[in-house]
Amino acid sequence: MRLKLARGLHYALAGRAPDSLLESLEEDVAQEAVLKILASLDTFRGESQFMTWATKIAVRLAFTELRRKRWQDVSLEGLLKVEEEQDYTPAILADKTPTPEQLAERTIMLEAVEKMIVESLSDRQRQAIMAVLTGGAPMDEVARQLGTNRNALYKLLHDARLRLQKRLAAEGLSPKDLLALFSEK
Amino acid sequence: MLNPETLKEMILILTNTHAGEGALSCDECYEEIDHFAEISLVGMSAAEAMPLVQDHLDKCPDCREEYEALMTALKFMEQEKPTD
Repeated sequence: MRLKLARGLHYALAGRAPDSLLESLEEDVAQEAVLKILASLDTFRGESQFMTWATKIAVRLAFTELRRKRWQDVSLEGLLKVEEEQDYTPAILADKTPTPEQLAERTIMLEAVEKMIVESLSDRQRQAIMAVLTGGAPMDEVARQLGTNRNALYKLLHDARLRLQKRLAAEGLSPKDLLALFSEK
Repeated sequence: MLNPETLKEMILILTNTHAGEGALSCDECYEEIDHFAEISLVGMSAAEAMPLVQDHLDKCPDCREEYEALMTALKFMEQEKPTD
């Protein structure tokens, strides 16, 4: 079973990390997966084939490990900083028909939404949303940085989104209108 | 802090966010994902059969990434099976 899992992982992880890293990772994870599978056998409900269930476990273990390795040197502040340092002015200016009015509107809107985020969300919610959205960090990683777990983070993000939705609605801003304002026409 | 691209992304996500009763957590999605994957593998619509899982996958990049990797692995393993 270990060999089969290692092979499955080989396909699942192809191209997601340097080969040198993957080789040892696949072996280690396959081994760990076997142990985990044996330990969780009583939770197998038979709703899928055994190897499907087993592969799922191996894939989850592999990604947790991959993400941990990839992001272990990045701090939460670092994730948020990357966003600030990138110069996005070209994107606004690259628009085919940017009228000065449109530019002004967009700037105003960006600032307004930023203000709403700061006002409507708790610090934690704000950090979480920005890190996941802009930093592109995986949930596992952001959760670790925030000292929580993935499930709690997912709920945090869900609540944050609901709050933002409400706030936008309260301000009379529809998502459609906002998107229209920022799309290239 | 915010730039147009980020804002667009955020708005799109907000458009798809619903105060869902029964929204799944990552663990709950993980519980069901092998079943979900097998439905897809036989060519049926897993999204229709298990909409809550699909909903979670739409919103959760980590779970979606793992699901896609699982599908890749399963497809190859399927091919490797000895034909009777």
